[in-house]
Amino acid sequence: MAELVLEMADTLELDARGMYYRELNARLRNCVDRGNCGRVVIRNVCGQRYIGTGLRRRVCIEVEGTPGNDLGAFMDGPSIIVRGNAQDACGNTLNSGEVIVHGRAGDVVGYSMRGGRVLIRDDVGYRAGIHMKECGGQRPRLVIGGTAQPFLGEYMAGGVILVLGLTMPAGQRHRADFIGTGMHGGVIYLRGQVEAWQLGREVGTAEPDAADWREVEELVRAYVACFGGDAREILAGPFTKLFPLYLRPYGNLYAY
Amino acid sequence: MKSYLASRFVIDRNQDRCIHCRVCVRQCGFDVHSYDVEEDEIVSSESRCVGCHRCVLFCPTGALTVRSNPLSYRANANWHPEAIEDVLKQAETGGVLLTGMGNDKPYRIYWDHLVLNASQVTNPPIDPLREPMELKTFLGAKPERVEIDPATGALVTPMPPQVAIEVPILFSAMSFGSISLQVQESLARAAGQAGTLFNTGEGGLHRSLYRHADHAVVQVASGRFGVDAGYLEAGRMVEIKIGQGAKPGIGGHLPGEKVSVEVAATRMIPPGTDALSPAPHHDIYSIEDLAQLIFALKEATGYTKPVGVKIAAVHNVAAIASGIVRAGADYIAIDGLRGSTGAAPKVMRDHVGIPIELALAAVDTRLRQEGIRHRVSIIAAGGIRCSADVLKAIALGADAVYVATAALVALGCHLCQMCYTGKCSWGIATQNPYLSRRVNPDIGARRLTNLLRGWSHEIQEMLGGMGVNALESLRGNRLHLRAVGLNEHEMRVLGVRPAGE
Repeated sequence: MAELVLEMADTLELDARGMYYRELNARLRNCVDRGNCGRVVIRNVCGQRYIGTGLRRRVCIEVEGTPGNDLGAFMDGPSIIVRGNAQDACGNTLNSGEVIVHGRAGDVVGYSMRGGRVLIRDDVGYRAGIHMKECGGQRPRLVIGGTAQPFLGEYMAGGVILVLGLTMPAGQRHRADFIGTGMHGGVIYLRGQVEAWQLGREVGTAEPDAADWREVEELVRAYVACFGGDAREILAGPFTKLFPLYLRPYGNLYAY
Repeated sequence: MKSYLASRFVIDRNQDRCIHCRVCVRQCGFDVHSYDVEEDEIVSSESRCVGCHRCVLFCPTGALTVRSNPLSYRANANWHPEAIEDVLKQAETGGVLLTGMGNDKPYRIYWDHLVLNASQVTNPPIDPLREPMELKTFLGAKPERVEIDPATGALVTPMPPQVAIEVPILFSAMSFGSISLQVQESLARAAGQAGTLFNTGEGGLHRSLYRHADHAVVQVASGRFGVDAGYLEAGRMVEIKIGQGAKPGIGGHLPGEKVSVEVAATRMIPPGTDALSPAPHHDIYSIEDLAQLIFALKEATGYTKPVGVKIAAVHNVAAIASGIVRAGADYIAIDGLRGSTGAAPKVMRDHVGIPIELALAAVDTRLRQEGIRHRVSIIAAGGIRCSADVLKAIALGADAVYVATAALVALGCHLCQMCYTGKCSWGIATQNPYLSRRVNPDIGARRLTNLLRGWSHEIQEMLGGMGVNALESLRGNRLHLRAVGLNEHEMRVLGVRPAGE
């Protein structure tokens, strides 16, 4: 059975080998709630769900291995770094904090997130950034280093999605179609090629303006700081800005 | 385009009684009445009248009468006036017809074909004025068996989280946005005073209502509006909204004009944007995925409170409910064909879903057959009008019921079905501050607690009459019901025998 193996002044380590998620998360919550540690390292993670879910304190959680679904769901503050791939619904309804994945992530990354940021080094699955929204001073940001499956940014209501396309051979277009279907807020920046037929009906395209560039540059620098790479080369683009054509996409649907 | 739709209502103003005080002008949210200064006359645009009777009830001299417009179409049982008028409206707008409140079509109301038992001679009735009558209900999963330490008498079996309610009636989900904050506060306060719960709906919990959070069911829907860790921690129970009886299978669109600054802050979205709840939760495509969200919410709340799932009553409701139990829900709320809404496409409201009585009986039967009934509480919703309906639902297998329409009627709603316009003259389904301040939460809470008190006394009377002194003894006890005027198939689904047998 796994044990709490090492306790340093500021860092706690958990060995998740063979541990059921409920016990792992109870231990993690216990570490975080004790309040005297700034960093928790979880080793040998293998599919355990809900790591970091509902945690509300600023703490850095490093996950070595492959965390299961709903990584950091409803999270409000912590920073999770995954040294491996993430599965589905990572950053689900994230309120603040960040999730950094040194690999790829599954479906519905950042579902309904309204704050904080999620950075994925490689590709993501279906419906990434669906229903992202912003509120007051909160503006969620999702950075995808590779490409995405269909319905990227579906029903998007706020925040920023940046897709860098770094995993794709030069000249190949992005994989997703139905991008931004139902989008009525926020903005998506796509680096690389995308055809008009890949976009949802509610989406318009434009060249990024000066303010867009500042945003893209900041996020690219954040990406490079996490995963390495050449910011200048990435920023050479080309970038397309996708924005909602209508703030009320279904306003004319009804007879009053 | 010239409208071919006639006015639904005729307004008669008795000029002998009218004192030109203009109360009707101010009270109408739909701008039906207006004052002509030059003529010193009040004129009424009948085409705008929705028949909510606000003006009639507030006219100090009783000068107003509102009645249905006796537009006499040539008699036609097939093309009845509603069918004709719906076609005209769509021809003029090209839109999806919207409506509010619950299904108004004459589907069979099974409550009205079920009668309760009473004791005579052999098993004497109990006098609820003299004897204790237990209405307290515990919501939450129950263990398979209970072990008690014989030495200390203490419970050894770990108990899943339970929520005790003093009456088996909860206020159903109504979001801030669909109803005014004053109405939600009335519900919250009444729930606190009566020892039951209200339900936030999918619009979050306004910061001023967090002090009532201990009586709140906090809902998590596909749009995740207003959901954060603090909201989940605050509520007494957490409810995943999959569907609702008025619009099974579709999501919700709260139009931007209803998203006021306060509604926006509570939903955690910018003011004025549409709040779109997609039809599915995009992290739920299977029972396994539902289990994932249930346990995400349990993880987020430290396994301290029941996590339930609300579904609309649909054809395969029993199998779906079985899946929900196996997914780990602590309670299931089932919302029937007559469940209400603040806005739904009329075609969905009127034609999709099945009556709650049949759904409830089917679910209770199925879960018993599978030996998993104890693992969930069942809350029945959609069409509960009186205490007898409550008791019949409990005899059919419900642990408790949700009421929404009855609560709004208690606050003044006259079921004009125009909630979706946001112009509610009764100040209920509106975000217009001029209208919403008509509901005073002090008085609103009193009207609601009065209703619950009245129903509780009636339930105690009926229970006493049956010779039963605890609601628990009636729960799922269909021998206390008999059917009048139902066919064999209906009685088989309901699990009740015909009256006289």
